[in-house]
Amino acid sequence: MTSPVRWLRRNLVVIAGLGTLAYLILPNVIVTVFSFNKPNGRFNYEWQRFSTDAWTDPCGVADLCGSLSLSLRIAVWATLGATVLGTMIAFALARHRFRARSSVSTLIFLPMAMPEVVMAASLATLFLNMGVSFGFWTILIAHITFCLSFVVTAVKARVMSMDPRLEQAAQDLYATPLQTFLRVTLPIAAPGIVAGALLSFALSFDDFIITNFNAGSTVTFPMYVWGSAQRGTPVQINVIGTAMFAVAVLCVLVAQLVGGRRKRS
Amino acid sequence: MTAIATTGTDVRLTGISKTYGSFTAVHPLDLSVPAGSFFALLGASGCGKTTTLRMIAGLEDPTSGTVELAGRDVTALPPYKRPVNTVFQSYALFPHLDIYENVAFGLRRRGVKSVKKQVDDMLELVQLGDLARRKPQQLSGGQQQRVAVARALINHPQVLLLDEPLGALDLKLRRQMQLELKRIQTEVGITFIHVTHDQEEAMTMADTVAVMNAGRVEQLGAPAELYETPRTTFVANFLGTSNLIAADVLDTSGDDILLRACDTKLALPATRCTATARTGEKLLVGIRPEKITLTHADDAASVPDGRNRITGRITQAGFIGVSTQYLVDSPVAPGLSVYAQNIERDARLAPGAEVVLHWNPGHGFGLDAAQSIEAGTDAGEAGT
Repeated sequence: MTSPVRWLRRNLVVIAGLGTLAYLILPNVIVTVFSFNKPNGRFNYEWQRFSTDAWTDPCGVADLCGSLSLSLRIAVWATLGATVLGTMIAFALARHRFRARSSVSTLIFLPMAMPEVVMAASLATLFLNMGVSFGFWTILIAHITFCLSFVVTAVKARVMSMDPRLEQAAQDLYATPLQTFLRVTLPIAAPGIVAGALLSFALSFDDFIITNFNAGSTVTFPMYVWGSAQRGTPVQINVIGTAMFAVAVLCVLVAQLVGGRRKRS
Repeated sequence: MTAIATTGTDVRLTGISKTYGSFTAVHPLDLSVPAGSFFALLGASGCGKTTTLRMIAGLEDPTSGTVELAGRDVTALPPYKRPVNTVFQSYALFPHLDIYENVAFGLRRRGVKSVKKQVDDMLELVQLGDLARRKPQQLSGGQQQRVAVARALINHPQVLLLDEPLGALDLKLRRQMQLELKRIQTEVGITFIHVTHDQEEAMTMADTVAVMNAGRVEQLGAPAELYETPRTTFVANFLGTSNLIAADVLDTSGDDILLRACDTKLALPATRCTATARTGEKLLVGIRPEKITLTHADDAASVPDGRNRITGRITQAGFIGVSTQYLVDSPVAPGLSVYAQNIERDARLAPGAEVVLHWNPGHGFGLDAAQSIEAGTDAGEAGT
């Protein structure tokens, strides 16, 4: 009688871990499975029969690939903009004492703390009052705005924990200020910058609320999915979702492989 | 070894000072370090020794004064244009570069094309050849320290600056590295300026020691000279332990100054007194604990004439192997320390025993009585 109890006690952590993993993975599994469905009618909610139709023709639905490419373009530019600006802000905040430094620091955090819908509405009000026409540029500006705080937070943490003596050592070893920055400061801050950039890309790519308020008639991928869900969900959405999931998993695997090899050598 | 041997240059600081707002870290200071010497800046934390070192490196701009290397004024030069290199406290090794690249850093920045031979030689010198491809965090403290030295020395600096380089190491490793650094300095002949708060370390390694206190150099000299003839109570207490006895000057006419402390007559050669002794005024008579001999009061008659002698009672006796450290209360002064080598131990010398303390007057030193008797001791530091 005692042996099943003992077995359970010994393996409870593993069981709980597997359960949590299943909880996280299950939605992705459903998305993947239904990307091979051939639904009757417009809604892809019930399993009918196996088909690779959607995989062979991912752009088969009107405007889907257009919105996808728009979302990717915005994500790339927003990431670039937010990373460059955010890194500079982070260095300024971490390194220099200037007036209003703490208020700037607080303001930078606001977009993270504020409900998204509030920021969306206020940005829309701003653009409207300035007479800016909604579209690609308003979306991009809005995305850079909210990505900025994440980049600043990630990079600042890294810069703050950096030993100032490392840069002094570089200067002591004949590195000019520019060389010091490129050879020592930047490589050491890089993990923070990369983390901020990845976060920006993910946040920008799947943002719906802020985008919806500031897009005008432009349609990004999340907006497309939302819109089509009212009228029917094409299987192609599952195909894109599955492909993105696969790419993300691949990236993580490659990163771990590279990191693992570096550690071993 | 001859491959990396260079000739050091002399360092001259003239009227150099550093203030941060209203706080003066270093008071205007003149210092001259001869070429090829091993020079130590010794002092407690916050005494301005590291600031002085950083001004030589160019990492700190002096508020006033000039830094000269081999007669050339480098005060206005940024650190990357000065022919000096620093071994930082906690080493500051670049965590993203391996040991090889850390050591090669300085050569690469100066545009040296083929660094392999030099880096390999340097790593050989510090016995780290087989760890070239490791990252700094994979190395032990002692190994990191050697990398830091190699990274600086490979550039053939005219002066090597060491900022508490051994502070993070445990006692045994520190002893080993002290000898190692001294060996390297002798071999390469570069001028070393070493900052430390460890008086033993300074005395073991340096040819010349400058004792700093509150932004000023208290005394400068060879280790033995500083130890035997301190000029201030701070130096007397900071460098080892001293017994300081306040005494009235009776007579200054002879070769020996005659003094009286609590009915006890003491003598001090006039040449051993750095303060001006005036009859009727006070003077501090210092004597190192190991210079004092303890004799049990029953044998007081056996104490030879011509020695300073005071009576007292042992309050504590601590046995530490090679020697025994006694604390003796005397009417002349409380809490006198006496170190006795454990050669022939007198079993009667235990707490409570009445004793006679006696020493050769020539081993004493005289100090100005106008300064704090506690300066440089732990109690004196807590007070400041």
